[in-house]
Amino acid sequence: MLDFILLIVIYIIIYSISSLGLNLIVGYTGMLSLCQAAFMGIGAYSTAVLMTAGHMDFWLALLSSGAIAALCGILIGIPTLRLRGDYLAIATLGFGEIVKNVILNWDSVTKGPMGINGIPGPSLFGYTFTSMEKLPWLFLLLFFLAATYMLIRVMIRSRVGRALEAIREDEIAASAMGINIAKYKVGVFTTGAFCGGLAGSFFAAYSQSVAPLTFDFMMSIMILCMVVLGGLGNSFATVIGTVLIVIASELPRLLGISHIIPAQMNQILFGFILVFMMIYRPQGIIGRIKLNYGKMMKDEILHMER
Amino acid sequence: MPLLYTKNLRREFGGVIAVSDVNFEVMKNSITGLIGPNGAGKTTLFNNITGLDFPTKGNVFFKGEDITELPAYKITRIGIARTFQNIRLFREMTVFENVMIGRHFRGNHPKLSRNRLVNFALGMVNLKMEEKDIYENSIKWLDFFNLLPFRDEYAKNLPYGRQRELEIARALATEPDLLFLDEPAAGMNPQETEELMATIRKIRDLGVTVVLIEHDMKLVMNICDTITVLNYGQKIAEGTPGQIQNNKDVIEAYLGKSDD
Ligand SMILES: Nc1ncnc2c1ncn2[C@@H]1O[C@H](COP(=O)(O)OP(=O)(O)OP(=O)(O)O)[C@@H](O)[C@H]1O
Ligand SMILES: [Mg+2]
Repeated sequence: MLDFILLIVIYIIIYSISSLGLNLIVGYTGMLSLCQAAFMGIGAYSTAVLMTAGHMDFWLALLSSGAIAALCGILIGIPTLRLRGDYLAIATLGFGEIVKNVILNWDSVTKGPMGINGIPGPSLFGYTFTSMEKLPWLFLLLFFLAATYMLIRVMIRSRVGRALEAIREDEIAASAMGINIAKYKVGVFTTGAFCGGLAGSFFAAYSQSVAPLTFDFMMSIMILCMVVLGGLGNSFATVIGTVLIVIASELPRLLGISHIIPAQMNQILFGFILVFMMIYRPQGIIGRIKLNYGKMMKDEILHMER
Repeated sequence: MPLLYTKNLRREFGGVIAVSDVNFEVMKNSITGLIGPNGAGKTTLFNNITGLDFPTKGNVFFKGEDITELPAYKITRIGIARTFQNIRLFREMTVFENVMIGRHFRGNHPKLSRNRLVNFALGMVNLKMEEKDIYENSIKWLDFFNLLPFRDEYAKNLPYGRQRELEIARALATEPDLLFLDEPAAGMNPQETEELMATIRKIRDLGVTVVLIEHDMKLVMNICDTITVLNYGQKIAEGTPGQIQNNKDVIEAYLGKSDD
């Protein structure tokens, strides 16, 4: 039982790293992206291939996976710059499908439908992480979650966050204020994809295997649910949303009734959550936190002058 | 040479010719008025100059350089700022933050090098200096418009006339040489309009050249040095307020032909 709870916590942390990245794209910048699972898939498969066929060390593979996902973030970010709202969502949806199909059909590298097994666990100071011992994994992942959280926090509280807020409010006015919207949007997509890539990499290394159909559209919807449920544009709320969604989707297994309630129930649940939230509480359970950049800056400047 | 001029600028929307081969000139340190009946193409001309829309044909020159192709954010960075006919503030941001965004890209401390590499090397210190510059300049412009008491209000909660002023403050924070105002007095009461006139003169005296679209003839005739008149996309007259008031074509455009 304890083992199962630890497993859920580990999933929560991995998904949080990814959903925090998506919140940057959807919540803070206001671009609806439906391909976060694809970035995770890219990260997971990069790690799987680099570590098995490439015999790469995990830490290098982790960084490379993040970088490859980020690169794909740029690739999808640039052509979608001209798109807004629904059109952007559809484009990212298409991108997600492409990624899934590439993974499924690029047999020579991804081993197609079979997936990749036997991914070695990461080692650190002579210790090797395995899915048998969950507590060390938990601390390792917690460290990376904290790092991701802090990175985004620093970014949002700086002038970058201010610019993103302006872009979300009114793109035309923002560009008339001399803000290079394209730079920020691609930057956000890249950062969000990087987070997804890291999460995917951990996913692969923890499970020690990857399968192509894991990172499908449903997973993207699930991650979007995490962001929407907690509250758009609030990192803390995103983590809370992730906790709730992961628990909800694992609940049947947790209660030992997974043979009665089939896995497809999740899809209905996520759909229901999205519709319900959009109608009754579009700001999410916790809601957005509006920072007051004027006050923050004033404090900082007073601090400087002392 | 004019600070800014367009050469045969033309903008078509499908079959509609919104701006028809217009040569528009703005002299440095002047207040230039752009008037004309509804749908004459005034806003379209503004948009084509400020990079929010691009001409079908023709060119825009600023300080002697062809800026026709530049996107909006670059136009702002070379010193042209604007406001919008239908106010476009960042409504959910505070008054102060709105002006800070205007200052965003200029946040360079004057004493620091413009060289990116050097700036990068100076790292956090530089960033703090930039933030300080943004802060101080934003305060300065808020003060200029007596908006300081409202600094932590959301922009959407300001009275209409105040919103128009905030939009000008935000534009000025970009430190422009040339400022375009699209119907700045729209929705203002006579007293606010009176104050606005004084403010526009004050802005000009700071060395900022001003171009304004306005339907309030009293305001236009009072403060403009030169006026350009558009009708159905074409420039039909140009001159001092006195000349424009007595121009036959202009009177016709506004009142309709007298003989029918
Ligand atoms: N994006 C657009 N697409 C199609 N037609 C447009 C577009 N923008 C403007 N027009 C047309 O171009 C013409 C000029 O419009 P514009 O807004 O420039 O007029 P204006 O002089 O600013 O009028 P007003 O005093 O009412 O603000 C109008 O006929 C308008 O319908
Ligand atoms: Mg107009």
